[in-house]
Amino acid sequence: MSQPFYVSPEQLMKDRADFARKGIARGRSVVVLGYDGGIAFATENPSRALHKVSEIYDRIAFAAVGKYNEFENLRVAGVRYADLRGYSYDRTDVNARGLANAYAQTLGAVFTTESKPLEVELAVTEVGVSQAEDQIYRLSYDGSVSDEPGHVVMGGDADRLGELVRAAWRPGLSLEEAMRLAVSALGTAEDGSVREIAADTLEAAVLDRTRTRRAFRRLSLGALAELLAEDDGDAAGEPTAP
Amino acid sequence: MSVPGRGDRLPPAFTTPGSASFTEFLASYAPDLLPRRQDLGAFDGVSQLSAHATTIVALTYADGIVMAGDRRATMGTTIAHRQIEKVFPADDFSAIGIAGTAGLAVELVRLFQLELEHFEKIEGSLLSLEGKANRLATMVRANLGLAIQGLAAVPLFGGYDDQRQIGRIFSYDVVGGRYEEQDHHSVGSGSVFARGSLKKLWSHGLDADRAVEVALHALVDAADDDAATGGPDAIRGIYPIVARVSAAGYEAITPAELSRYTEAIAAQRTARPERGGAS
Repeated sequence: MSQPFYVSPEQLMKDRADFARKGIARGRSVVVLGYDGGIAFATENPSRALHKVSEIYDRIAFAAVGKYNEFENLRVAGVRYADLRGYSYDRTDVNARGLANAYAQTLGAVFTTESKPLEVELAVTEVGVSQAEDQIYRLSYDGSVSDEPGHVVMGGDADRLGELVRAAWRPGLSLEEAMRLAVSALGTAEDGSVREIAADTLEAAVLDRTRTRRAFRRLSLGALAELLAEDDGDAAGEPTAP
Repeated sequence: MSVPGRGDRLPPAFTTPGSASFTEFLASYAPDLLPRRQDLGAFDGVSQLSAHATTIVALTYADGIVMAGDRRATMGTTIAHRQIEKVFPADDFSAIGIAGTAGLAVELVRLFQLELEHFEKIEGSLLSLEGKANRLATMVRANLGLAIQGLAAVPLFGGYDDQRQIGRIFSYDVVGGRYEEQDHHSVGSGSVFARGSLKKLWSHGLDADRAVEVALHALVDAADDDAATGGPDAIRGIYPIVARVSAAGYEAITPAELSRYTEAIAAQRTARPERGGAS
């Protein structure tokens, strides 16, 4: 009988992490940004049916990058978790923190115990009554969670795009400003050149805090084109924000 | 099994691909959270000990449907609640009204609302109106055991059919039979009187305003003759719940508007007392 080779735990974890990172890096990035009226999501996604951003509950949304079948599975689990919790207690007892925790435990357990880690990165967000109370949690393939201040970029070029967003983001952006920032970051190449992304290849959604119960809504092609097009018209007439 | 707590990994049942139905998920993962279906034995006093909701009316009009319900719940010969709500939005494009054992009916509505929302979130699209009506039939049927013992909960369902672009109304019986109603319908103890009223007042292509009036007239007529149906109560400011569902979605008529409508109805009836307050 052949003995398996000894592999140090460090090496084992490193190999798994590299494997998961490679899978995630293949996908297009998702940008999540807080704006004055809620939280905005944008990603390049030509499909109108296979979503990367979805509704979980009244004030909670989910964004993901990586392998579709794996994050779709987690999304459905999240909807079931939230609906079950809301049904057995009350709608106000469902929060993003609890869901982020359940996801973290799941991702962590799969990373350490199963033969293959999940090749996904998730953002769980909850819109509050004011921008200061919005919550954005980022979850990695190994189950680590971070509470992000106002914005997060996940996926292929997450670090580079994250820097671009960090430099330009501030609290109190309008939806137009946030969406333009997200789209220009998604279109920025490594050499700094910005490519135009057509509205019909974008998937965009918001958690709108002004809506009464279910805050999540997808931005239709028309609404999105309008948000992005105003760029040229406004730039001439209006002074730039301080 | 019950709700996963802090620090728990999501149980396998959550990540198992399967149906988009919340009720089915609940039945497989936490059946104890579903409304009780157990047999109560040979004890028929229960229906006297639980609150009963009474009259619901629904009618179609030019742009969709109007559904209205009075606010009274009774327990035997006592008024149990004066301002219970019996008409609810099932989702953005449909309404559900309930008559019968209030406790079971309210739970049925809560589960039905969640069922529709859950489907919408998982599948990313709305169920057809017919699909919603069929789903409700299954849920009513699940309550058959209790219904036979006197604890029946019977809904009235209506909404805007996006495919046919009309308002449609569905009624149910305790065994889960689903019947599409033409023009108008009423359920509950006061329904006999409400139906008579609807027959006389309803006509094709009512406008939104007149449709609300007709629904209120029917409820006033039901309250006139049925002890378990409450009429509009201007002293306490309690008015029927009235909702309109059209292509624009579910819209509840505000208490201020209802107060205006009921005042007009009272004035109209006071002016013609020889008809026994009939409209």
